[in-house]
Amino acid sequence: MLPLMPAIVAFGASFGVLATAAGVDSLAALVMSATTFAGSAQFAVVSVLGAGGTAAAAIGAAVLLNARYAPMALAASGAFRGGPLRRLLEAQLLVDESWALSSRDGGFDRKLLLGAGGILYVGWNAGTAIGVLAGDSLTDPATLGLDAAFPALFLALLAPLIRARGEDRVGAGDGARGEDRVGAGDGARGEGSSPRSADRTALAAAVMGAGIALALTPITPAGVPVIAATAACLVGLTRPRRAAAPHRLAEEASS
Amino acid sequence: MSAVWLCVIVVGLATIAVKAGGPVLAAGRELPQSAGRVVDLLAPALLAALVATQAFASDEALVLDERAAGLLAGGAAILLRAPLLVVVLVAAATAAGLRAVS
Repeated sequence: MLPLMPAIVAFGASFGVLATAAGVDSLAALVMSATTFAGSAQFAVVSVLGAGGTAAAAIGAAVLLNARYAPMALAASGAFRGGPLRRLLEAQLLVDESWALSSRDGGFDRKLLLGAGGILYVGWNAGTAIGVLAGDSLTDPATLGLDAAFPALFLALLAPLIRARGEDRVGAGDGARGEDRVGAGDGARGEGSSPRSADRTALAAAVMGAGIALALTPITPAGVPVIAATAACLVGLTRPRRAAAPHRLAEEASS
Repeated sequence: MSAVWLCVIVVGLATIAVKAGGPVLAAGRELPQSAGRVVDLLAPALLAALVATQAFASDEALVLDERAAGLLAGGAAILLRAPLLVVVLVAAATAAGLRAVS
C-alpha cells in the first residue's frame, strides 16, 4: 500500500487545487476530505459547483457516485468489529483501493482493509492540505500518468480472482470436479479455503460488469455505470444448487 | 448556509451513512448461501467496472487516450506476473511517456 502513497497524495493535492480554483474555501475542502473521504464524489461536487451548478445537483452527483459503497461495505461487513459506533467509524476507512486490496477469496482481510484505509486516509488529507496551500503551482497528476495508475491497479487486483480457477482447471482435468470445488469454496466462505470459488463465474461477472459500465457511461450521469455494474454479480444466482451443496456435503460428512 | 457548506455537510453525512449501513446493520449476521455467492461476485464485477470507467470514461463520454495505453502496458505486466507496484508504475510511466511526446 505504501508504494501508492505518492499517487494518493498527488490526487488529494489535485482535489485541494481544484476546490480552491472552483471557489470552495480552504476549510470546506479540508473538512470534506476528512469526512467524505471519497475522491470521485469530492471531485464531482467541486466540478459541479465550479461550473455554476446548484448544491442539489452537486449533492445528487456525489451521492450517486458513492452509492457503490453500500454493496461494497455490506460485502466487507465481516471485516469490522465491535459495537455500532466502532463499526461505523471503521467502515469509513473503506474506499475503492482499501476494499480491493483487502478482498481475499470470498472474504475481507481486516488488517489490510483498516491498514490500507488508514494510510489512504492520511495521504488523502495530507494531499488536500498541500493542494489548498500550494494552489496552482503543482504539477497536474495526469502529466505523471497517475490517472493511468488506478485502472491498472484495479486490473491487477481483478486478475487473481479470475486466474485462480484457470490454473486449477488445468490440474483438475474435468469440469465436474471443478464444479464441486466451486461449491466447496462457497461452503467455507471467509475461512481462506476458497481460492477457487472465483473462476468462470467471476470472469462472467467481470466481463458483464465492465460491459454494463461502458454501455451506460455515455447515457447516464457519472456514478450510475459503476453502480449498475453490480447487477453483474447476480450471475451468482445461476448456480443455486452448487451454492447449497456444501451444506448437504457437510451434513453427510458429519453423520 | 452557503452552497459549498451545504454540499460538504450533506455529502459527508450521506457518505458516512452509506459506508456504515451494511457493516452496522449486518453485524454478526451470516448472509444466506445464495446471497453470499452474489456478494462474492461483487468484487470482480465492481473491479472490472472501475477498470473500464477509470480507463475509458471522461465525464460522460467514452474516450481512448493515454490511460488506455497505460492500462494495456499494465495488463502485459500482469500477464508476466509482475508485482503490483511494477504494474502500477508501468501503467503510469506509459501514459506519462506518451503525453510527454505528444
